Amino acid sequence: MTPVLETRALEKRFGGIVAANQVSLRLEKGARHALIGPNGAGKTTVINLLTGVLRPSSGEILLDGKNITNVEPHSRVRLGMARTFQINQLFGDLTPLETLGLAISERLGTGTHWWRTVGSRAGVVDEIGELLERFRLVDVMQERTAILPYGKQRLLEIALAFACRPRVLLLDEPAAGVPDAERQEILATIETLPADVTVLLIEHDMDIVFSFADRISVLVNGEMLVEGTVDEVSHDPRVRAVYLGEAFDG
Amino acid sequence: MLTILFDGVAYGMLLFVLACGLAVTLGLMNFVNLAHGSFAMAGGYIALVLVNRMGVPFALGLVAAFVFSAALGALFERTLYVHVYNKSHLDQVLFTIGLVFMSVAAVDYVMGSSQQFIEIPTALQGQFDVLGIGMSKYRLLIIAICGVITVALQLALMSTRFGSQLRAAVDDQRVARGLGINVGVVFAVTFAIGSGLAGLGGALGAEILGLDPIFPLKYMIYFLIVVTVGGSSSITAPFFASILLGIGDVAGKYYMPKLGAFVIYTIMIVVLIVRPQGLFAHGRAR
Amino acid sequence: MLKPARPLSADIAGLLTARARWSALEFAFWIIAFASIFLFPDYYLILTEIVIWALFALSIDLILGYAGIISLGQAAFFGFGAYAAGLLAKHGLVTEPTLALIVSGLGAAVLGFFTSFLVLRGSDLTRLMVTLGVALVLREIANRFPEITGGADGLQGVTISPIFGQFRFDLYGHTAYVYSLIVLFVLFVIARRIVRSPFGLSLVAIKGNPLRSAAVGIAVNWRLVAIYTIAAAYAGIAGALLTQTSAFASLEGFAFDRSADGLLVLIIGGTGYLYGGLIGALIFRFAHDYLSSITPQYWQFWIGLILVVIVLVGRDRIGTWLDPVRTLADRIAAWRYSRRTRALGATSDGGGQP
Repeated sequence: MTPVLETRALEKRFGGIVAANQVSLRLEKGARHALIGPNGAGKTTVINLLTGVLRPSSGEILLDGKNITNVEPHSRVRLGMARTFQINQLFGDLTPLETLGLAISERLGTGTHWWRTVGSRAGVVDEIGELLERFRLVDVMQERTAILPYGKQRLLEIALAFACRPRVLLLDEPAAGVPDAERQEILATIETLPADVTVLLIEHDMDIVFSFADRISVLVNGEMLVEGTVDEVSHDPRVRAVYLGEAFDG
Repeated sequence: MLTILFDGVAYGMLLFVLACGLAVTLGLMNFVNLAHGSFAMAGGYIALVLVNRMGVPFALGLVAAFVFSAALGALFERTLYVHVYNKSHLDQVLFTIGLVFMSVAAVDYVMGSSQQFIEIPTALQGQFDVLGIGMSKYRLLIIAICGVITVALQLALMSTRFGSQLRAAVDDQRVARGLGINVGVVFAVTFAIGSGLAGLGGALGAEILGLDPIFPLKYMIYFLIVVTVGGSSSITAPFFASILLGIGDVAGKYYMPKLGAFVIYTIMIVVLIVRPQGLFAHGRAR
Repeated sequence: MLKPARPLSADIAGLLTARARWSALEFAFWIIAFASIFLFPDYYLILTEIVIWALFALSIDLILGYAGIISLGQAAFFGFGAYAAGLLAKHGLVTEPTLALIVSGLGAAVLGFFTSFLVLRGSDLTRLMVTLGVALVLREIANRFPEITGGADGLQGVTISPIFGQFRFDLYGHTAYVYSLIVLFVLFVIARRIVRSPFGLSLVAIKGNPLRSAAVGIAVNWRLVAIYTIAAAYAGIAGALLTQTSAFASLEGFAFDRSADGLLVLIIGGTGYLYGGLIGALIFRFAHDYLSSITPQYWQFWIGLILVVIVLVGRDRIGTWLDPVRTLADRIAAWRYSRRTRALGATSDGGGQP
């Protein structure tokens, strides 16, 4: 079966530094795949390559078997790929209401309609409301994003990716910087994703990785060390060596 | 034809001396100083007053232009510019345009609006005829002085402690600060020197470029082109950019009088299309 | 639109509609603007000038306030529109003024479209340089072909036919003013529609975070090309208006001063809410008259000083002086909204009340 998302020998060089070295990934439809590795291993680089923010030095990226290596970032979104950022990338001057309204309007193809008002297309309003409720953002929906507390911003960051109704979702450390109490909230929302959405999750929090992922890839110094099921990876001695000192009970 | 080349080189080197301060300011503080031309104009007019009206020797007039503009630069930097560094580019643009307008109006009021020329000593008038090339003595002087300045700048940048501090600060301001380099002082000194050089260039160039109150407006685009084509992370790149532009402008105006002025603009547009970060820059877009 | 099922959706729908609805203050503004036709018959010439500056500043607001493009050369399109209208009239190519206005605007739009690609690349500095350069190139072209443009003397012998064959441009400037005001109003309504649309929202998003905009599927560059082209058309129409109301076009239309003054007018009034250009034009003109009476020749000095002071004081802080007005507008909007929801009988969730 054609994997939904695949990379072949993906490489990214910055001058003399090899940030990604022969990275190969295969994600089947509906996969819950985690990408882990020490800091600086190149995980965010991989996501940037997948989304088109960075151009690979060599190698290929395929979405549903089609080569998208030279496709612009915004076009990849149109093809069904969405991501969240490790550090919140939001629209400071817009409200959550407007932010989600924007993403939904774009997805529905009304992004260039200069004669409409935002939200005049049927269903947009309902969808905004649904996302706001799901991500507990209703009480702040009219506030400027820039003044929202970090936890709410993080929820908006993820809600924004959800608003794109992606077929492939790339989550870059969704729980980063979020206090323990709210981590469960974030995990719970991720788990509400439909089963046919393919998810690649970068995370450091092993609890989230273990409860969420089916398969894990381990990236070290830009190279794929190991790839397999959660059991296989957690018992692999090489992985234990890399994570020396970290609690890693499977 | 070689005369054109000669004139173009002279013009280019003059442009370089005028614009190098702007290049370093941009590279160092990411600050767009559109009022750079005002410092050049100040130097020009000080030299004019001293030489024409007070009989000061031409050489001293040039030195005075440098000193006066440098002092003016230092003063403005410490009192006004320092408040604007952290503001948005739009604010910087508005601020420096405001300064330009003020300087243009002030000079118009004090010195009158007609174009004026500094009386150059008789020794510098006329030209040499070397191998069929007509070399104007004055342009020769320009090349000599600007050449010396360029070499001195490059030496200072590469071989002195201040130079390495400057290069460090241009490369990465935060790291430089972390290393104990007083970036504020580096910038103040650099700004002053850059303004001083602009003033010197204004005085030196009055003969070729003309001196009138709208000088900063007339030449704003030229300085911007030098900085954009040459990039702002070195001295050599703006230097070669200036030479290229100088030759292009002079040659263009000579061979195609009707369209000659467009050579510079065409170069600008072509460079922007091909390499937005500058023709000679090291591939880092600012 | 079907009545939404759940109260939250109703709230959201209401908020989004309120966002686009004309506020009471806006109605008041335009009523007064049109009333001025009857209230200030002695000031038609000045008022027409203000309208033209307002339209020009509006064009800058579209690219600066909504898309974040800093331009030092919007006068390129102004001057282009001015000469286009002048030449169309002088050579009898398009004699009806409103048609000539549209043609000039379209021409400016084409120019804007082709130069927009230069503006997309590079940093703020390159944009400054490119926009400045384009305006200078056009001015140089106009200067070099005096057979067509009249060169430094300006375009002579321009006669403007009556509008729709009916309304002659009279000596008092009555027709000119009404004409200009209507043009400004129509273009303003269109601009308002644009900025309140999903397209307009995407521009604000692009201005704030282009990276995230692309990550949401927005083709950033094409949107910028679009708004730059529209803004160029607006500036071109402003220039054409000047020519049609004064029967003259000159190199001054391309001048750096015009671009810089336009920027100042917008900054005075404030960017990003469309009325900034209009309010700024009013204030600018009054300031001009006042300062010119003090120092007729060196008024540029005061402009410079005002710019410097505005930046040093801080544009945000100056913006807060308008806060009482904005609070008033918000209160009126909230009152109208609550009246509406009470009338509909829907209960408010308590979430997101303005």
